[in-house]
Amino acid sequence: MIGELTNKYLRMDRLPHMWCPGCGHGIALGALLRAFDRVKIDKDKTVILSGIGCASRAVGYLDFSTVHTTHGRALAFATGLRLLRDDVKVIVIMGDGDALAIGGNHFIHACRRNIDITAIVLNNQIYGMTGGQSSPTTPQSRLSTTTPYGNFARAFDFCNLAIGAGATYVARATAYHASLMTELYANAIKHHGFSFVETFTQCPVNYGRRNKFPDPASMLQYMKDISVPFKVAQNMGSDELQGKIVIGELIKEKEDVELNEVVRERIMKFRGGAQ
Amino acid sequence: MSQSSHLEPVVNRAFCKGCGICIEFCPANILEFDEQRKCRVTDPEKCIKCYQCEMRCPDFAIELVEKGEKK
Repeated sequence: MIGELTNKYLRMDRLPHMWCPGCGHGIALGALLRAFDRVKIDKDKTVILSGIGCASRAVGYLDFSTVHTTHGRALAFATGLRLLRDDVKVIVIMGDGDALAIGGNHFIHACRRNIDITAIVLNNQIYGMTGGQSSPTTPQSRLSTTTPYGNFARAFDFCNLAIGAGATYVARATAYHASLMTELYANAIKHHGFSFVETFTQCPVNYGRRNKFPDPASMLQYMKDISVPFKVAQNMGSDELQGKIVIGELIKEKEDVELNEVVRERIMKFRGGAQ
Repeated sequence: MSQSSHLEPVVNRAFCKGCGICIEFCPANILEFDEQRKCRVTDPEKCIKCYQCEMRCPDFAIELVEKGEKK
């Protein structure tokens, strides 16, 4: 199964990929390939963009039209592309630092505009590529090279930020829940409007090594232990949910006007009905 | 995915980086490290075709294929 998919959707001459042994980004990329197969994606009608970082290296392996953009600005590029070409699917792959720290402003405004883009954020809770500095999603009291006494600040809740900013599809999965991840990616690609899937992945080298996770499998096991499905979480208090990861589809709105439709409608209106 | 009983896990040694995720999560316990710290299938007959290894392998290195078919 995965062999056929890698041959179909990946640049095989680029493999094996540059991610460290046990990196969760590979699991997420595999789930994305299965989602592509499930929605029968048209390779010639899909553009995949990314910023800078470990997660953003995924576009180097995907055999689509891909754009490797500047740090944090992938969503800005994607918005421009989507406004110009409403016949292509636009998918953006970002890391947590890319999407939230450097590109935080672009992220909330893409959510607000409700433009038809699928944003996939691979959240490994650390800046992996540059040597393990703490990122906005590093949990409190966790160690990194810039927080040797434990992270003092609280971590961002990515999905709540997206919901607050107005995204119409928000979901979360972890690298342990690979089949759920496939399902969420497929639903996000099918969704009309801004869709956002946060994926917790493990960084065994720069995060796990400093935080007493001896191997990648123990990080996956930890993700399994602290995950709570969305339906179960609704009956739990905020005290019980402290330190847990709520997984599944958090919000899915159906009838909302996408930005591109508004723009085309206005253009028609001000041109007096003529194209 | 076919539920055929003619499937067996095959490891692509060129891709395997030896992270041990498949070995840890295999419910049938038929995977282990070899002398070069890459994944090895000890007893393909005992495979229960759950696809846990294929789904979680970050390197696309392990796959369930038809018996006799080499990757």
